[in-house]
Amino acid sequence: MSSGKLVMMANQIGRFFVPQRGIDPAAAIATHLRKFWDPRMRAAIVAHLDGGGEGLDEAVRQAVLRLRDDRV
Amino acid sequence: MSLVSETDYGTPASRATEQVVLTIDGRAVTVPAGTSIMRAAMEAGIRVPKLCATDSVEAFGSCRLCLVEISGRAGTPASCTTPVAAGMVVSTQTEKLKKIRKGVMELYISDHPLDCLTCAANGDCELQDMAGAVGLREVRYGYEGESHTTQEKDESNPYFTFDPSKCIVCSRCVRACEEVQGTFALTIQGRGFDSKVSPGASSDDFLSSECVSCGACVQACPTATLSEKSLIEIGQPEHSVVTTCAYCGVGCSFKAEMRGEELVRMVPWTDGKANRGHSCVKGRFAWGYTHHKERILTPMIRETIDQPWREVSWDEAIGRVASEFRRLQDKYGRLAIGGITSSRCTNEETYVMQKLIRGGFGNNNVDTCARVCHSPTGFGLKQAFGTSAGTQDFDSVEHSDVILVIGANPTDAHPVFASRLKKRLRQGARLIVIDPRRIDLVRMPHVEADYHLPLRPGTNAAVMNALAHTIVTEGLANERFVREFCDRDAFEYWAAFVSEPQNSPESVGLVAGVDPEAIRGAARLYATGGNAAIYYGLGVTEHSQGTTTVMAIANLAMVTGNLGRPGVGVNPLRGQNNVQGACDMGSFPHELTGYRHISDDATREMFEKMWGRSLDAEPGLRIPNMFDAAIEGTFKGLYVQGEDILQSDPNTAHVVQALSALECVVVQDLFLNETANYAHVFLPGSTFLEKDGTFTNAERRINRVRRVMTPRSGMADWEITLAVAKAMGFEMPYRHPSEIMDEIAAVTPTFAGVSYDLLDKVGSVQWPCNAKAPLGTPIMHVGGFARGKGNFLITEYVPTDERTGPRFPLLLTTGRILSQYNVGAQTRRTDNVVWHDQDLLEIHPHDAEQRGVRDGDWVKLDSRTGSTSLRARITDRVAPGVVYTTFHHPETQANVVTTEFSDWATNCPEYKVTAVQVSPSNGPGDWQKEYAEQARRSRRIAAE
Repeated sequence: MSSGKLVMMANQIGRFFVPQRGIDPAAAIATHLRKFWDPRMRAAIVAHLDGGGEGLDEAVRQAVLRLRDDRV
Repeated sequence: MSLVSETDYGTPASRATEQVVLTIDGRAVTVPAGTSIMRAAMEAGIRVPKLCATDSVEAFGSCRLCLVEISGRAGTPASCTTPVAAGMVVSTQTEKLKKIRKGVMELYISDHPLDCLTCAANGDCELQDMAGAVGLREVRYGYEGESHTTQEKDESNPYFTFDPSKCIVCSRCVRACEEVQGTFALTIQGRGFDSKVSPGASSDDFLSSECVSCGACVQACPTATLSEKSLIEIGQPEHSVVTTCAYCGVGCSFKAEMRGEELVRMVPWTDGKANRGHSCVKGRFAWGYTHHKERILTPMIRETIDQPWREVSWDEAIGRVASEFRRLQDKYGRLAIGGITSSRCTNEETYVMQKLIRGGFGNNNVDTCARVCHSPTGFGLKQAFGTSAGTQDFDSVEHSDVILVIGANPTDAHPVFASRLKKRLRQGARLIVIDPRRIDLVRMPHVEADYHLPLRPGTNAAVMNALAHTIVTEGLANERFVREFCDRDAFEYWAAFVSEPQNSPESVGLVAGVDPEAIRGAARLYATGGNAAIYYGLGVTEHSQGTTTVMAIANLAMVTGNLGRPGVGVNPLRGQNNVQGACDMGSFPHELTGYRHISDDATREMFEKMWGRSLDAEPGLRIPNMFDAAIEGTFKGLYVQGEDILQSDPNTAHVVQALSALECVVVQDLFLNETANYAHVFLPGSTFLEKDGTFTNAERRINRVRRVMTPRSGMADWEITLAVAKAMGFEMPYRHPSEIMDEIAAVTPTFAGVSYDLLDKVGSVQWPCNAKAPLGTPIMHVGGFARGKGNFLITEYVPTDERTGPRFPLLLTTGRILSQYNVGAQTRRTDNVVWHDQDLLEIHPHDAEQRGVRDGDWVKLDSRTGSTSLRARITDRVAPGVVYTTFHHPETQANVVTTEFSDWATNCPEYKVTAVQVSPSNGPGDWQKEYAEQARRSRRIAAE
C-alpha cells in the first residue's frame, strides 16, 4: 500500500489523540491502529518506520514502534 | 389473505390524561378529555356518518353529516368538532338526524357523477358508503342543472390523477397537505359554488405546483377525486401485507396492496411507528423499478470484462463464484478475497453475508456501505455514550422545544420525518440550522429558522466547539446533569479546552465564515430553550473530522443535559433504510454483531462454537483499504451485494483502477449497475417486495419486511448467499429468514428478545430488546449512560488537507434531492425522473457571473482528482465560494471529482469538501463520453 497515504492516515489519527488529556497518546494511537487496520496495513506502516519513517509525527512514530515491538 | 383493515376514528386522539365518562346511544363510554364525540363513539364501536373528517387531520366540521343530538343542548352539533364532556348524553341516530343526513347526502349526490360501476373507487368510496349508510334512495333535484361533473381531469402528476368532477370539496386533501405533509401546496380556490381544490396558483397543475407528491392528499380523499393511476389501471386490491419501505433511514411502514402477485399500490400504514401513516414520493409511488425492463433475472458470467455477458443457470453461476474465490485464495492467500454488503439489504442478508466471509472465506474482509456514510456515528457515539446508535425514537420530536439540524436536509433526504419535524415547528418549537446551503427548512411556509449558520464546508467541528465555548464560558452548562451522569475529569479537561480563545465564536467565525453573534445566539437558544434535540446527517459524518464532529455533538448534548428523556438527544438521520441494521449485524471488518470487537476472545469463541468454524482475530480491510490493496496486488476477489461502489465511492478513477485490478468481481444486484461493468459474475437479486426479513431504521427500530411476490429471479438474496456458502463448503441450513433472526438473537445481547413472532405481535421494536427491555427501548441512556459515565472528548478542529487555491478556488459539497435516492439505481427507473433527470451544479450568482455562466449552461467541474461536466443552476441557496451537486446519475458521476481524503477514525470519505474550479463547457467531457461507451460495451448480453 502507498506509504504516503498510510502516513497521512496515521498522522490524522495522531492529531485526534495527542490533544486528549489523561491518556498516553502513543498507546491510544497504537491501539487504534491495532483495532482498525488490517495486518497488511500495519505491516506496511511498520516497514515505513523501519525505512526511516519519513513524515510520521512524533507520537505516531512512537505508536508504530509499539506496533512493531508488539507492545499493543 | 385479506385487506389489512384500519379503523378511522375521524379525529386525532387526545393526549389528555384526565378521563371523561359520557353516554353515547345508551352506552357508557370513557375517553380522555378533549376527545371528540365522533372519536369517542368510534372507540365504542359506534360509527357516526362522516365525510370531511379523518383521523389524520384536525376536525373541520364542514360536511354536516356527522351531526348528533345532545341531551340538554339545542341544535345538532357536529360530532367531529364537539368535545366530550362528563355526563354528556349523546344520540347518534334520531329521526331528526336521519332526515338532515339524507338531505345533505342528496345534495352531494346531485352534483356527483353516477358512474360508480366504472369508477376507480368502486368498493372503496366513502361517498358511496355514506349514501348507503343514510339510506339515500332518490335525488329529488335531478341532474340537469349546473354542476361540476364536466370538469376536466388533471393528469399531470405521473402517479395520481385529480378528477374535480368527483370532488365534494371536503378539504381533506388541503388539510392533509398542510397538517400532515406541511407543504401547503393545495388550497380551496373560489367561493361558494365556484369553490374548488387547486394546486397553487390558478395557472398551476399538480406537476408544476409545489406539490411534493407525498400522497397524503390521495390517501385522505374520500372519493375517486385523487386516485393512484395504478389503482385506476389495475382495480381494487384484494389483499394487503404490511411491510417496510426500502428507501431512506426513516423506515416507513406500508401496506402493500395486492391483486394476486401484482402490486396495486403502497399505502402508508397508520400503525407504523416510524411514519405514523405518512409517506413520501419514493416509498409511496417509486416502486415501478421492480418490473423495469432493465431488471436482470438470469445469472450471468464472463471470463473478462470486455466480453459480453453469457446467461447461465444458477448452479453454473454459483459454481463459478466458488471456484474462482477458492482459486484466488489458493494462489494469493486467504486474505486475498472479501465482500461488501449494503444498507439496502435486510439484517438477515447482511448477517449471512458477514458469516460467509468470516466463516467461509476465513477472513474479516467484510464491509458495508455504511462505511461511506455513517461509520463515524457508530464510532463517535460509542466513545461518548457507549452505544453506536441514536438516542431517541422519532416520536421524541413531538416533545422538542429547540431543534438543531446540522449537516442534514430532512425535507429532501428524510421527508417523512421532516413532516413530523415541521409539524412541531409550526407548534412553536425553535429551529437552528447549521449548513453551508440555505436548505428548505431555513425558510418555508410556516417554518423559519431562528438561526442559520451557513458555515464554510469542513468547519463543523470548529463551529460545534464555538457553541460549546459559549455554553461553558457563559455559565449555561447543566452542572447537575454533568455531575450526576458524566465523567468529571473528562468534563473538566473538555471545559478547559473549549474555553480556550481559539474556540470562541469570534475566532471560529473567521474560519467558518459565520457571524459570531449568530453562533452565540444559537448556543444560548440550544442551552436554555427547553428540550433541545440535535438531528444530523452526512453533512456531519462525511468529513475528515466526521467522527470528531459526532463527538462534539455528543459533548453539546451532555453539557446541556439534553439526553435521557423525550424531546432531546442525538439523532443521526441514516441515509439508507438499513444503515443502522447493517452496522448492528457485524458487517464492519473489525467487529461482530452488537459492536463487539473481533479480537475479543470470548465473543469470537462463542461465534466459533455456533458456526463450527475458527475465526480470524485480526480486523479485515475496509472498503477504501480494499481498493488500495487491489491496486497493490494483495486483494484479488470481491463479492458485492446490493451496492454500486463505482458510482457511490469517491475518486471514480481510483475505484475503476481497483476494480480493473481484481481477477473476480461478483455483483449481486437488481440491475447491471456501474460496478457490474467491471464484474465477472452477475447474480440477479430480489427487491424488498420479493423476500422476508427485517430493516432497522435510524431510531433503532426493527421492522419486518414481508414477501408479497415470488422472487423474479427465482431466489431471494439470502438464499443466493447461502448457495455461495454451500458451494464453498460452508453450509448454513436456514429454511427461512426467521431462523436467521433467531440466530442473531442468540448471539447478540441487544437483540436477545427479537423474533419474528414478537414483531408480528407488536409491529416493531427498538433495540436493545432483551430481558431487561422485552418490548424494546425507545429512548436510550435514561438515568445513566450505557458505558457508565458520559465521556467528554477533546474535539480539536483540524482543517482538512483538501484546500482551495488559485487553481481550485471553490468548495464543492454533494447531497441528495427528494425524488431521487442515492445512486439512483431504483428511482432513475421510475417516473421520478420527471422531477430530476440529471444532476445540476448549484452555483452562486456572483461566482457564475465571474465565470460567464448562465442558468442552464453546461459547465466543467474540475478538481485535483478529475473532471466532469453538467448543467448549472444559478441560486443563492449556496454561499459565494461554495457549489453543490447531487450524485444520482452515472452520466455525471459526481464522484469523479471527489477525493480520497477520509475521516481519521473510520475512513468514511470526505464527500462534502472538494476544492474545484467551474468553467463554461460545451457538453459532456471526454471522460464521460469514454465512460458511456465502456458502459455500453460492458452491458452487452450474448444471444443464446
